[in-house]
Amino acid sequence: MEVLVQLYTAILSLIPFEPVRNAINMLVPTLAIASMVLGIVFILIWWERRLIAFVQARLGPNRLGPGGIFQSFADALKVMLKEDIVTADADVILFTIAPILVFVPGLLVYSLVPVGNGMIVSNVNVAIFLFLAISSITTLGILMAGWSSNNKYSLMGGIRAVAQAISYEIPLLLSIVGVIMLAGSLSMVDIVQSQNVWNIVRQPLGFIIFFICSLSEVNRIPFDLPEAESELVSGYNTEYSGFKFAMFFLAEYINTFTLGALCTTLFFGGWRFPFDNLLGDIGLQLTAQLGIVWFILKTMFFFSVVVWIRGTLPRVRTDQLMAFAWKYLLPAALLNIFVTSIFAAIGFGVFSR
Amino acid sequence: MESFGRIGFMLFLAFIVPTIALVLSRFLQPRFVTASKIQTYECGIKPYGSAWVQFNIRYYIYALIFVVFDIETVFLYPWAVAFKGLGLFAVIEMFLFLTILLVGFAYAWKKGALDWH
Repeated sequence: MEVLVQLYTAILSLIPFEPVRNAINMLVPTLAIASMVLGIVFILIWWERRLIAFVQARLGPNRLGPGGIFQSFADALKVMLKEDIVTADADVILFTIAPILVFVPGLLVYSLVPVGNGMIVSNVNVAIFLFLAISSITTLGILMAGWSSNNKYSLMGGIRAVAQAISYEIPLLLSIVGVIMLAGSLSMVDIVQSQNVWNIVRQPLGFIIFFICSLSEVNRIPFDLPEAESELVSGYNTEYSGFKFAMFFLAEYINTFTLGALCTTLFFGGWRFPFDNLLGDIGLQLTAQLGIVWFILKTMFFFSVVVWIRGTLPRVRTDQLMAFAWKYLLPAALLNIFVTSIFAAIGFGVFSR
Repeated sequence: MESFGRIGFMLFLAFIVPTIALVLSRFLQPRFVTASKIQTYECGIKPYGSAWVQFNIRYYIYALIFVVFDIETVFLYPWAVAFKGLGLFAVIEMFLFLTILLVGFAYAWKKGALDWH
């Protein structure tokens, strides 16, 4: 149990009535994780802007607070006060629901991700299945936004988003199969605990496929065709303004953080300290007490890699995009399953654990 | 039951946070509606027709292939979970299953369903 969890359990045990205690135990961890994610998003926006500025030899936001860290709060306030324009031809109901529908799955998936040792909202045994099911709803929201705007750019952005999402969904799902095979469970906690050797060692190809596909799923550069500024003005969110527009951006940042969180959980040992089982008692203690620190550090690393890629690569073409998913990633993912299954069946090297 | 209760509460939170933000923003924002402001954006000219049109058939073919492979993946997940208990037998079974699918995949590839024209 982690320090924070121990503290929480100690305070919880002071409450006299059993039903009250159960109710609090139901609400508090959920609220804690939700507020952590929403708080982290503001830091992520600032961090991305600073990092991309560093890549492009600029300064980035540096005025508000130390190093400009409060810039995102100011932006949130500004966007709150902006007029929310709904065009005359738009489908008003879908136009309003779409940003909410994009935002909901982004936050909801954090009820399944273990952010630390014992720090998880709910450890269900079908976590990965549920995670993938929930996260694919985002696409529906994007299509809804694109269609309801009644704008040609928006519609094209929405359709592109769906085509891209369904093409990259298949290799994404297949690349996780290898990890599940080695852990023998769909629960994310079990997967993290099974990684005495990090899964990246046993599943290098799986990780590469997973990373590329999740980049595509969250519509980040080089796969940001749904909102390609140079072709589609702003894609599916062209007609959006005010806080509805901000909602799409919040969702995108949450989803990018989720990408990092899932890379960490599935391939880089989750909350575990690197080589904790080789370092003996110190390593195990570091894992047990400070899991959330390692988790956030690893996740921030992957977020920074995504920003780095954004600063480095140009956007791909639609035909290249589709061909890459179906003709390269899908066979590679199947190959990964074949090789993993054979190695795991005969118990070769690191696969035997 | 408790674990799904918590997911339910998270779902409630995920709905209530953007709703509150949108309602709050509604009361804080100015509203000056003019005819040109609520016009659909189309590079500055008046919009030509509706955007609710038929679109490229390509997308439909990709969606069809997606459905086939999505179902395949759903079958792979229980197999992967039970893999450790089954051993080499599971490997052979899955080889057969995937081979049948790969034949269909090869056919789609040969027919040019995966190419974007």
